Amino acid sequence: MEYRKRKKISQASAFWVFRIMSIAVIAILFWILGFIIVNGFQAISWDFLTKMPEDGMTKGGIYPAIIGTLCLTAGSMIFAFPIGVLSGIYLNEYAGKGWLVRFIRMMTNNLGSIPSIVFGLFGMSLFVNTLEFGDSIIAGSLTLGLLALPVVIRTTEEALKQVDNSYRTGSLALGATKLQTVVKVVLPIAFPNIITGLILSVGRVSGETAPIMFTAVAYFLPMLPSSIFDQVMALPYHLYVISTSGTDIEASRTMAYGTAFVLIAIVLILNLSANGLRRYFSNKVKTN
Amino acid sequence: MYNIDVKDLNFYYGDFHALKDITMSIQENSVTAFIGPSGCGKSTFLRLFNRMNDLIPDIKMTGEVNIDGRNIYAKDILVDELRKEVGMVFQKPNPFPKSIFENVAYGLRVNGEKNKKVIEERVVESLKGAALWEEVKDKLKKSAFELSGGQQQRLCIARALAIAPKIILMDEPASALDPLSTLKIEELIFQLKKDYTIVIVTHNMQQAARVSDKTAFFYLGELIEYDFTEKIFTNPSKESTQNYITGRFG
Repeated sequence: MEYRKRKKISQASAFWVFRIMSIAVIAILFWILGFIIVNGFQAISWDFLTKMPEDGMTKGGIYPAIIGTLCLTAGSMIFAFPIGVLSGIYLNEYAGKGWLVRFIRMMTNNLGSIPSIVFGLFGMSLFVNTLEFGDSIIAGSLTLGLLALPVVIRTTEEALKQVDNSYRTGSLALGATKLQTVVKVVLPIAFPNIITGLILSVGRVSGETAPIMFTAVAYFLPMLPSSIFDQVMALPYHLYVISTSGTDIEASRTMAYGTAFVLIAIVLILNLSANGLRRYFSNKVKTN
Repeated sequence: MYNIDVKDLNFYYGDFHALKDITMSIQENSVTAFIGPSGCGKSTFLRLFNRMNDLIPDIKMTGEVNIDGRNIYAKDILVDELRKEVGMVFQKPNPFPKSIFENVAYGLRVNGEKNKKVIEERVVESLKGAALWEEVKDKLKKSAFELSGGQQQRLCIARALAIAPKIILMDEPASALDPLSTLKIEELIFQLKKDYTIVIVTHNMQQAARVSDKTAFFYLGELIEYDFTEKIFTNPSKESTQNYITGRFG
């Protein structure tokens, strides 16, 4: 009797600890979101989204920063997706278990834990100075791409690892080559998970400030880029500038919250679409 | 003559001597059952015939496996061509996450068949050959995952038939299935032997007795006895065979 009672109490208390912890996490998330939405929403208007900044960035819109962020993010993915996905395929499907592969994998993980500011400095020295791209979309995109690369490789590898081996042997036993097996059987099964990982890495990249600070962004640039060798404004850096070193920090407070709101909205939309896409593709793969 | 002819075969996983000095021949258009306790090497032996063991790292092999008079481990053998001749059905049904039609068409497509009409004909033919056609003819576009386990296994057999192999290897094809589905697979094996040479690994003694013409008993990597099934099950010449089939060990 005593034992059963103790068991019941420990069950209940464990349950409550877990419950309170997860509620706390969600509460903090909603608090942050709520704070940004309440303060930022009043700044949002059609003009805010489509106009250039005015009056020392205390008025007007953030149009060039939105476009800049979209350019940098898209550019980084054009670079990181193919290289990252192909490396992931190589590591999981072809490379085997030798020391070289273990070394590559370890270095990939290390690359992922390097602070982003270091990527920024590296990008500046290689792309901006040595390759003479200057502060530009291309230099910023490549730097952000490097930052995203380990994430893309890891996600691809993890997604492939989850594909049951019986599909591979089944395909090989039918006379398919390794390449056919990877392309026609393994990749379609892993695709929903790969795409989710990719979009999550897009979300991460679009919010980075440090890697683009020395490689791509301008403090104030009220026009749109005309080529990939132009400088741009970008949302996270714009937010940093008007919150710390703008011409009139108090006056641009609303602008800052509005910028944060837009940035968060972009990331949220990306994450939601990642979910949607994954669901769409995992339904599709079963009957295709 | 699509017979299998094995000479002085030794096989190692690392240092482990998994198959010891095996010599045997398997006749065409017959069903041969491999029996023996778990770990006796019967599945390893089966997987030598379509070189599935190639996928495992750190293996070593000596001796010869000849199929239709050709040593399939010779340097000029293309493994994917060999696997077209020697199909395989696995223990767990493993249809691809594709439609029923595409599952069967897959082997044709990867082997370069582009003609839609040919593919369609072969798919229907193979599904009929695997005794599945009546059950799936109205839902060829549906996912293969909607089928029951037994149907999935017959789909995997149809998939193997589609590329017109000469030999079909079955690695405990019914061990994950219920008795009724098992019966259907066994009936199917009986039908298929008219056109194919079938080698089946099984843990189920009755199954070996029911479906096979010849039975090989393996123990600890050695081929203990290989003879007509009737003889093995009524009057085996080795004592360990007798002990195994009567359930005294294994």
